[in-house]
Amino acid sequence: MTVTVDPALLADARRERRFFLSLSLPALFIVGLAAILPILWIIRQSFLTTGGEYTIGNYAKVLSSGLTWSALATTLELSLGTLAICILLGTPLALALASARPRVANLLMAFVMLPLWTAILVRTYGWLVLLRRDGLINAALTGSGLTAEHLPLVYNFTGTLIGMVHYMLPLFLLPVYAAMRDIDPNLVRASASMGATLGQVIRTVIMPLSAGGIFSGSVIVLIYSIGFFITPAVLGGGKVNPLSTRIERALSTFQDWGSASVLGILLLVLMALIGVMLLAARRLLAQNAVAASHA
Amino acid sequence: MLEAYPQNRLARIVLWSFAALVMAFLMLPTLVVVPLSFSASNLLEFPPHAYSLRWYENFFGSATWMAALRTSLILGTLTALIAVPFALLACISMNRLGGKTAASIQSILLTPSVTPGILLAIGLFFVLAAQRLVGTLFGVLVGHVVLAVPVACIVLLPALARFDWNQVQAARSLGADWARAIGGIIVPQLRLSLLSATLMAFLTSLDESVISIFVASGRNSTMPKLMFVSLRDQIDPTIAAISTLWTAIVVVVVVIVALRQKS
Repeated sequence: MTVTVDPALLADARRERRFFLSLSLPALFIVGLAAILPILWIIRQSFLTTGGEYTIGNYAKVLSSGLTWSALATTLELSLGTLAICILLGTPLALALASARPRVANLLMAFVMLPLWTAILVRTYGWLVLLRRDGLINAALTGSGLTAEHLPLVYNFTGTLIGMVHYMLPLFLLPVYAAMRDIDPNLVRASASMGATLGQVIRTVIMPLSAGGIFSGSVIVLIYSIGFFITPAVLGGGKVNPLSTRIERALSTFQDWGSASVLGILLLVLMALIGVMLLAARRLLAQNAVAASHA
Repeated sequence: MLEAYPQNRLARIVLWSFAALVMAFLMLPTLVVVPLSFSASNLLEFPPHAYSLRWYENFFGSATWMAALRTSLILGTLTALIAVPFALLACISMNRLGGKTAASIQSILLTPSVTPGILLAIGLFFVLAAQRLVGTLFGVLVGHVVLAVPVACIVLLPALARFDWNQVQAARSLGADWARAIGGIIVPQLRLSLLSATLMAFLTSLDESVISIFVASGRNSTMPKLMFVSLRDQIDPTIAAISTLWTAIVVVVVVIVALRQKS
């Protein structure tokens, strides 16, 4: 038996769908104009000479330069270093916050989120003040006799890494904290009553249940770290050059639009590769979870 | 969560000392600039030997900084005024369409927030250069709106999901057109979420630095661009004064939003 629907009603439903679709148009238009068109333009520009003729010379020039490959290495070192430190610092902090009473946890979270609400240049300036040769941290270190000489903490890799971890840590913390908050405390109580030690509970109950949050946090950290510009540009002092600062130098200092575009495309390719790897990792994680629940 | 382990006091102390250190690390750079901004000295000495308001006078007395402040405030306001209505319409559309269509619209709208700022910045620079629009307020505005739209969507989408659509159905059946239904029912009911979305969009524009650095210039330089340029050249306590004012304003805004949402 077939149900016959009044064609006028069908037309009405179609018209309404078109209307709802049209409500998205202004937002889609601006994204097309100011995000998608610019990316396409970078691709176009990477094949153009300064005179505007088509060439693959830009690629030959950029890919044969040792600077490009060292920039690629620096980008990966900074991103993976930032991620590793975020996991080391953020996971215990999230565990402490998740185990606190809700009122205390909310208050502490507000403080943890303070950097997120502080302008990036304000924070970068704060780190410059703290890490300079005669800055606060060096004064404290030499004053207390921990070190005899001033440590080079800024305008180098160390300073850049500190600034980047400081930016990424709250972003990493949010999903990890949310995942740990969602763990049923009865699971921990049950494990304790069955004689599991604290270490065993953390290893076999808390960590597997917060793996999803740690994964999301890691994805966020990687996505933001790969193209991060302000921190390396200021705290790196010209000595730390990931792809982002190379792009700026090619564009602003050398007016070399072609090279800047090729470097931009390398950044895009790197993002895509990491995206594919993360998708594969998520699938593996899900499979492991299924396998574990069947075991 | 760990209250089942009252006997592990040592582990708890270690965990909380570690947490306290990490929290100190997170707050340190924001807090350290406050005393510095009231220093009377040219040097970045800590703690300052004498206090003064000279760096604040320096900031408010400088035509360059004031022009940048004006540009940033205008840009932030325009960004919020454009991005929030765009985001609201898009969220209504996604909410009503549902399914795969809504998911694809959402992934397109979120693209700018996962694209590295440096790529958006140079791409926008190329596009604007072809239209001879580099250095104009319009160029930076377009860049800020595209970053603020996803931020506003993240605030508005859950609010619309909680919204009772029967009210709109009722209004429509009584003869209200869609403009009336949106303006008369959806907007007033979502006013708190719209306020948060507006402030978030404003803050997104205010804090945006990479697009500004590449696309803004001269009279249209924003605060972050000017701070970036002066941080690279020299660091004097004027920036500490700006940083303190900036953080104070943002904290006040965030506290107001948090309190209003609670009440």
